[in-house]
Amino acid sequence: MANKLAKILQPVAAVTLGLLIGASVTVLAGENPLHVLRLIFSSAFGSRYDLGMTLFYATPLMFTGLSVAAAFHGGLFNIGAEGQLTLGALAAAVAGIVFPDLTAPWGILLAIAAAVVTGAFWGAIPGWLKAVRGSHEVITTIMLNAVAAGLAGWVTLYMVRNTESQNPETMAVGPGFLFTKFGAFDGAPLTVAIAMAVLSSVALSFFLRRTRPGFELRAVGTSEPAAATAGISVKRMQVFAMALAGGIAGLAGIGDVLGAAGKFKMGFSADYGFVGIAVALLARNNPLAIIFSAFLFGALHKGAADLDFETENVTRDLAVVLQACVILTVCADGFWELFKRRKARV
Amino acid sequence: MHETQRGDALDVRIVGLTKIFGAVRANIGINLHLKPGTIHGLVGENGAGKSTTMKMLYGLYAPDAGEIVVNGTARTFKSPTDAIGAGIGMVHQHFMLAEPYSVLDNIILGAEPVQKFPKVFPRNFPRIFPRALCPINRRQAAERITKVTAQYGLDVPLDARVASLPVGIQQRIEIIKLLYRHARLLILDEPTAVLTPLETRELFANLRRLRAEGHSVVIITHKLEEVMAITDEVSVMRAGKMVGKVETNATSVEELAALMVGREVNLRIPVKPAAPRNDSVFEARNYTLRRAKAGPDERSVVLDDLNLRVRAGEVVGVAGVEGNGQREFFEAMVGTLSAGAGGKKGYRIAGHINVLSTPITHASSSEVRSLEIGIIPYDRHREGLLLTHDSRENCMLGYQRRPEASRRGFLRMRALAATSASIFETFDVRPRDTMLEAKAFSGGNQQKIIVGRELSRNPRFVVAANPIRGVDVGAIEFIHTQLIAARDRGAGVLLFSSDLDEIMTLSDRIVVMYEGRIVGEFSRGACTIEQLGMLMGGGGGDKRHG
Repeated sequence: MANKLAKILQPVAAVTLGLLIGASVTVLAGENPLHVLRLIFSSAFGSRYDLGMTLFYATPLMFTGLSVAAAFHGGLFNIGAEGQLTLGALAAAVAGIVFPDLTAPWGILLAIAAAVVTGAFWGAIPGWLKAVRGSHEVITTIMLNAVAAGLAGWVTLYMVRNTESQNPETMAVGPGFLFTKFGAFDGAPLTVAIAMAVLSSVALSFFLRRTRPGFELRAVGTSEPAAATAGISVKRMQVFAMALAGGIAGLAGIGDVLGAAGKFKMGFSADYGFVGIAVALLARNNPLAIIFSAFLFGALHKGAADLDFETENVTRDLAVVLQACVILTVCADGFWELFKRRKARV
Repeated sequence: MHETQRGDALDVRIVGLTKIFGAVRANIGINLHLKPGTIHGLVGENGAGKSTTMKMLYGLYAPDAGEIVVNGTARTFKSPTDAIGAGIGMVHQHFMLAEPYSVLDNIILGAEPVQKFPKVFPRNFPRIFPRALCPINRRQAAERITKVTAQYGLDVPLDARVASLPVGIQQRIEIIKLLYRHARLLILDEPTAVLTPLETRELFANLRRLRAEGHSVVIITHKLEEVMAITDEVSVMRAGKMVGKVETNATSVEELAALMVGREVNLRIPVKPAAPRNDSVFEARNYTLRRAKAGPDERSVVLDDLNLRVRAGEVVGVAGVEGNGQREFFEAMVGTLSAGAGGKKGYRIAGHINVLSTPITHASSSEVRSLEIGIIPYDRHREGLLLTHDSRENCMLGYQRRPEASRRGFLRMRALAATSASIFETFDVRPRDTMLEAKAFSGGNQQKIIVGRELSRNPRFVVAANPIRGVDVGAIEFIHTQLIAARDRGAGVLLFSSDLDEIMTLSDRIVVMYEGRIVGEFSRGACTIEQLGMLMGGGGGDKRHG
């Protein structure tokens, strides 16, 4: 019992400590850290609109966090979520542009399918390279991020460009492709996408724990020789793990493309793919915990956005500092051990 | 600080040493006296607390109570560096060597003599550069090492790459590493586990020489025969306590085993003669395996024209020193030869392997696993278990596709719980907690989980590789009994082992492998350990030495 409580309290304490350490940096800039933290808090949760935006930002982070976690359970480090989500989002938009007349459920379903398949394909490439050629997935996924960005730019600007806008963005998707905004958040573009993200967390958790392929995937992640001896094809599982990761990451853009923007805008992702690594890290790759860690990171993102206007010397970049400090305190396993041992000796 | 004088004899007393991990009382009030110039055997089952005691003595763990008294002074070791400073050093079961480095570099690693300052500085000029920035003085190092090796007659090629040397020499390097650091008490953890009989003899000769020079040695081991052969005194531990200390020439293997386990044990289980049927469960015909690209230290022909048959109802033992192709043979029949990530390892295969009349020469491990086969792999940590998974999953590993484990891709959680519970019961795995991670069990119990998993499904063919490596006496008896029981149920068993006792006890037929070939075949009782040892070493002498 006490053990379980400690398990929950430890990350909470770690997050609090990380936020305090991170905020105390602002002393150097001549601000009151507590004031800064209060600003962040009220900007993240101060109104219905603020809360809606926080949840809106949390949605893609949940997907990318799950993507990184899925690959990690298979023993792979997916740094390519950024590229996978870019192409997934673009595919959703292209579906909506090519078939503008599809009606409500079908349009959305088609867009989602396009996003998943494209993301999965983009994820499967490094998986395949790893399995067949032994190329390290960290290298290939990073490089494929650059390729994806270039590819997305080309498709956006030369094939489906919105000619009425100065911005690099695609035409709008058909009306049958749009989520309806939740009414309760004073206009924040929060849609059913967040419910899909939460469902994905639950589904991934079930998949990993309760299904045979999930078990095989985790077995490969724990020990390749043991998995191979147990009749599991390590190579096939690696391709599958990366495809799964890519498919989940591919969904990260739907909240934006099918909701807030109604089109694919280049650069819509605020590094969601990379922040997803931190989200997964904070949650220790536990799919259910990712719901909460994505929420925290969404809140930091939204909360820090107003710092530019509200303070003299601190900008929204503080969000990155806070994220870093939270990750450091949460991952400081050795520190907790030390703490326990001290207590044990007393 | 009280530094031990170099060259002093070391008299070490452990008084009331206690260490508790959570709910596990690993060591309770351990007393031990290690006299200078003696070889002391430390025996006990897995989990009895031997390594915990030694790790405290060696500075890896801090004791919760009790003290270590070196030459009359109580000492606290915060790290192995402190321990080695006091003259206490340890050779681990898995060597701590940087394999691509030369022998010399390995010996001096972490204690490198550095170049003196250029002569323009006066001799007592204060050190201005940190030691770490000074260049290594390899010439001086070589001189110091040669002095040590000459004194104890330990011969090593200083310029050779460690990776290219046989295990026996690598172990010798570990010992020289300690002597180079002026260790006077050497702790050896399972030193003979990886050695050939010949290498073991050489090791023992070296240890006797060290003893003659006033060094003391502690040997942690499972092999009671060796305890009888080399030690002066033996201490026995059981369940975290010291349960006995005896003079070696006043005791016997049987007495030691009984002390260790707490009851009478059959060291060699009685085995009834086999009643093999004529149908083969395993057959290798002209099986040849070549490396497409052989490294500088590798043979290109790994397996050379193997012909071997295992019939239903018999145990065939493959004796051989590790590295003579048994491992690849094992992987070939399990289907993992080229299973790792990053493409094929590049083997060229000729000939055939059949398991239960199914050709599996080019089969994947999942095809092999669909047969009625039980596989006890070489390395239980790497290949046999998912260490961080609970035991329900570990009891399913390899059988996850069977209908009793999963249906339409969904795991049958209740069935898994029941299966693991019954394996734990039948195979006496302790503690009986199937939700524990595999790494929480002692080596013997981990092995029982594997053996239980692989034998409880009544396989018709069993491949067992080193099934009792690092397993305690009680568990050895149990595992051997289970293997023979499988045989008597009509299974054919193929046993790979570098432990000749095990081979002699279990096998109805014995084949010897050397450099990828079968160089001898005997039926039960038709050969002596000496004969086998000779063949294993390549017909009388290990040619790698010469």
